[in-house]
Amino acid sequence: MVSELRLNRGFGSDEAAARRLKALACTAPLHDLDVRKARLEWADAACYQMAEVALQVIDQVTLAMDFDRGADQEQVVRWVVPFVAAQNPDRGADEHERVGHWVVESLLNVGSVDRGFQVDYGSLSADGRYVRRRFDFKLLVELAAPDGRVYLRTTDEAINVLVGALDTDVESAQVAAEVKLENLIRRGRLGDARLAAEQARYRTVQYAEALRGKLDATQRDVRSVDWLTGVPELIEEALAHVESRYRAETAMLSNIADARDESTDPAQRKKAAELIAIVNECIRRHTQLQARLQEAGATFRAEQDRQQFAGGGRRAAIDVFGQLLRPCLELPVNASVAPVTTFFGAVSGVSAPSVPSLNGLVEMLMVPSVERDPFGAPVPEPELMPIEADSRGEAQWREVDDLLWLPDVVRRLSGLLAQARSLDTELPKLVMLRVMHAVGTSIASARDQGEESVCLAVDDGTTLDDVEFGGSDLLVTTAALREAPSYAAAAR
Amino acid sequence: MTAGVGLADAEAAARLVALGMRPRQPPSRDAVYADLVSRYGEDDGFKDLVNHVAAGLGLVVLAVMPRSGAVLAATEDSVFEIKMDEYARRTALHNRQADKVLHGLTHLAIAALAFPRPDDLGNDAYIGRVSVNAVEVSVREACRLLEQRVAGADTADPLTNAPELERVWRVYLRRPSTAATKDGRVASDTTRGIAARALRFLADQGFLVALDAESGTYRTTPRYQVQVRELAAQRTFDELLALGVLPAASAEASLRVTATEELL
Repeated sequence: MVSELRLNRGFGSDEAAARRLKALACTAPLHDLDVRKARLEWADAACYQMAEVALQVIDQVTLAMDFDRGADQEQVVRWVVPFVAAQNPDRGADEHERVGHWVVESLLNVGSVDRGFQVDYGSLSADGRYVRRRFDFKLLVELAAPDGRVYLRTTDEAINVLVGALDTDVESAQVAAEVKLENLIRRGRLGDARLAAEQARYRTVQYAEALRGKLDATQRDVRSVDWLTGVPELIEEALAHVESRYRAETAMLSNIADARDESTDPAQRKKAAELIAIVNECIRRHTQLQARLQEAGATFRAEQDRQQFAGGGRRAAIDVFGQLLRPCLELPVNASVAPVTTFFGAVSGVSAPSVPSLNGLVEMLMVPSVERDPFGAPVPEPELMPIEADSRGEAQWREVDDLLWLPDVVRRLSGLLAQARSLDTELPKLVMLRVMHAVGTSIASARDQGEESVCLAVDDGTTLDDVEFGGSDLLVTTAALREAPSYAAAAR
Repeated sequence: MTAGVGLADAEAAARLVALGMRPRQPPSRDAVYADLVSRYGEDDGFKDLVNHVAAGLGLVVLAVMPRSGAVLAATEDSVFEIKMDEYARRTALHNRQADKVLHGLTHLAIAALAFPRPDDLGNDAYIGRVSVNAVEVSVREACRLLEQRVAGADTADPLTNAPELERVWRVYLRRPSTAATKDGRVASDTTRGIAARALRFLADQGFLVALDAESGTYRTTPRYQVQVRELAAQRTFDELLALGVLPAASAEASLRVTATEELL
């Protein structure tokens, strides 16, 4: 089997397969929302399109990500509520808000310790064994702002789910997006142009994120960031990006404005107006990025002054970060327990065991002990109802079996009841029960259970005239089950 | 008993050890304590006596200096020892091991951030600053670098059926940094919650002094430096050596941040 798998090239350790599977997994939480919505107790949520709401949430959070923070949950829900409300305007505002919160919390996966998602996938190891691996991912994460409040940011996985194909070289994708935009505008497809403009904005946000990370690190320790080549390169690149974007977007703006003025279609004009708003927003963001870029050098010099460099080393000491922390991070969990516990034991100092004072001790000893019943609290006697014994015996079941054995014959329920009554006064009830069960009986389950025939009852509209029962006078028959040739072949 | 050691000397030695058990009381505020500290430095007989008294109690004297006072550490199974199991007692049972590792790792990270360069640990005059944010962000970035290193490899993701073989950085990355709770406090099982707890604990032990309660910023005390330098770092280093993990020695600080580069 193994050698077969290995021979077949399609089953090799296919990286692309794993990548695709992971990409697929990132969408699972969104599908899951629509599966779980039916089970919500507080609302009949089946009529909401939860996956759409989730995409809106991810969109809003991504757009809110700038230098200092993302958006807090309340804010995100406020932004999304109009979209939720549009889906079901007749529901209350409370419910719309609750749906918003539910979606955000589901995307965070509140309730699990790690607040994330995971999916198992398999790959073939070098020796041809099938190994199960786990892929962990998150869509939204909560981070703490300097003021202690918790805000949301989207993860790379979420941005990839949202925008798709972000896993490419930013610059070239950027140029491609621009070309696409100009083309689209020329062809008058402004809806797509809007998407392209938004994608350009996400990339600007990413530059901003990268710079923010560097500046944060600089504030902690100047030497932790490569200010010799790394950061100047990043700044250079980002400035070039801002410059080109600014030029492109200003041109774009006049292009779209022309498109808007020339167009006669009101929908087209409206779309163009929206696009202008987005491009303006992009330009604002570029300006913001540029301001930060210009301040970056000053931040570095200020931090360098603040973090005075100490003189040369005085004695050989251990580099805690590089020689202890990082190796510990690389160890498997079970192996790392010993070193980290050792460190904790040695760094935690001493604690004086607590001894009660004499006063406290006397008081403790003087307190009368609470008397406990060794048998515990009395168990309440449950009130039990006697179960009615099944009045129908084996013989009666057999009699009904015989009555309902109607191969190739169709009989009326009224006739069956009359015959049953002549045998035994209790029998009609059982006949009634069995016939009711035969209405709409499932052929598939009878077949799966390997039965050879099934009792069928059909209502043709005739009214039942009986002393005990009312309703329709059903037609009852026994149908033999035969396996269809194609099914039988497939089963084999 | 060594000749020349009187009852008064024994009492003084025991008193110095007892004062060392009060970590938040520096010698500068107590004339008796200051006298005992200087006597420890000058009188070798007294020094031996103090060391022996401490050893009898299950303690090791790490340093006795005017700035730090008597810095003591508990030996294994001493009544004064603080056990990890007690410290991480409130954690859920099913991921106990991972939780213990996260708690220990956070303490390691606090020391690493308080003394980012080997020189800082060696320099007696150095006072480090450390905050919840710095601990959280630095460790997460270190983890992300390790993640980058394996990214794209076949074996990048952990095995489903062997959680104990999962790498520590993966456990840390997976744990959320913070989480909103109903009452607005930091959730205790998040990495920020764990860091905040560790910092508060160290402050209670007299190793750190809170500077700004709002942002959770602390400065180190000389005691903490001694404790990390003389004992904790060394023991952990030996432990890692025994495990066959040989960290490369370098005079340069290894705490670097190059994360988020992959975004571009």
